[in-house]
Amino acid sequence: MKITATSLSLVAALATFGTGTLAQDLPGPVKARQGQFNILAINLGILGDMARGKTDYDADTAQAAADTLVAVSMINQAPLFPEGTSEMEIDGTRAKAEIWDDWDGFAEKWSGLGEAAAGLQQVAATGQEALGPAVGQLGGACKACHDSFRAPE
Amino acid sequence: MRRLLGFLILLGLLAAGAAWMISAPDTLPAGEFADDTGGDPARGQAVFTAAGCASCHHAPGSEDKLVLAGGQRFASDFGTFIAPNISQDPQQGIGTWSLHDFANALLRGVSPEGRHYYPAFPYTSYIRMQPQDVADLWSYIRTLPASDAPSQPHEVGFPFSLRRGLGLWKQLYLDPSWIMGTPGSEELKRGRYLVEALAHCGECHTPRDDFGGLQREAWLTGAPAPDGKGRIPALTPDELSWSAEDVAYYLETGFTPDYDSAGGHMVAVIDNFAQLPPEDRAAVAAYVKALPEGGGM
Repeated sequence: MKITATSLSLVAALATFGTGTLAQDLPGPVKARQGQFNILAINLGILGDMARGKTDYDADTAQAAADTLVAVSMINQAPLFPEGTSEMEIDGTRAKAEIWDDWDGFAEKWSGLGEAAAGLQQVAATGQEALGPAVGQLGGACKACHDSFRAPE
Repeated sequence: MRRLLGFLILLGLLAAGAAWMISAPDTLPAGEFADDTGGDPARGQAVFTAAGCASCHHAPGSEDKLVLAGGQRFASDFGTFIAPNISQDPQQGIGTWSLHDFANALLRGVSPEGRHYYPAFPYTSYIRMQPQDVADLWSYIRTLPASDAPSQPHEVGFPFSLRRGLGLWKQLYLDPSWIMGTPGSEELKRGRYLVEALAHCGECHTPRDDFGGLQREAWLTGAPAPDGKGRIPALTPDELSWSAEDVAYYLETGFTPDYDSAGGHMVAVIDNFAQLPPEDRAAVAAYVKALPEGGGM
């Protein structure tokens, strides 16, 4: 009986240890924030491929993609970045501890994304030539934040 | 027995003497880079951008990347190196240097006082720089603002704290020859110059051996990140399937073909490449696509 109790607690301990390391078991807020970045990437892909001439330009599709970028940029980030979810604390994220050390700086970078997305929204339907520079601006906003707040792979 | 001991001591002294001589800083002849007036600052600005000087030498967290005050920390297996002040301040920076001093630092890794620099400063790549680019770069750097922030000492333990030992290291690893053989086009030649000299891509993307020397036979095949967190990716075609256009677009915008966006130190590299002419990004892309599988050249 004693042995069983010990083994059970060992199994429990192993299970707890395991949770943190499996990507599919990430905390809800982490999954949500990664999901929003995926939505950004998908819609940037639509616009970027048109800008590069890899796909044909279509004003409605471009506008819908740019509107989506603006919509994502309006999501409040605070609930998606709770304390204890930096790359130092859990596996499966590249969010650096600096986000929490300098939340104002992080929030400022996020509003930089909003500004760049709004710029894209203005010009997305005006023609293929306008996309390149506007997508470039948005890329600048991504990098500006990743420079300080995202760890390398 | 006594004679044998004496002989061994003599041999030891001779070896130490030889090591001392071999490890002496090897500097440029006095006549080279003697004329301080031949540089073009406008051209030098492009060299400065391609060589990424500001990426490492701007103060951490500073928005003005042209104030080369130093202070960024670079962790490695050998200790933590802290980028020095290379602004024009005469006391804390390099404001009193001549072009000759600057060229010795950049191409030989030797200070004006005759001390070895640690190869965290990528003179192993810059040694391939064209002399005119060095002169142009110096004339541009002289136009940048001064900062009186003192340089911090490196946090490097024994025996790596003995800088003289770097003379032996340089005998092994400071090699001006190109890694990629004769390039087949002008574009490739430019790409080779950017990758192997100015942008010093190999310093992070090529693995190092136990002594911290680049493994030329595994050129650009990726490496553990020097600070121990994660891996720096391989650029060889067996590992990187991007098209040349994808590589050039990444260097311009930071977007991968999946529209993920660059992170870490690569952000600074892309900020630089985005300012260079499109032909330079295309040249780097052509070079990357011309790499052999596995990196052996």
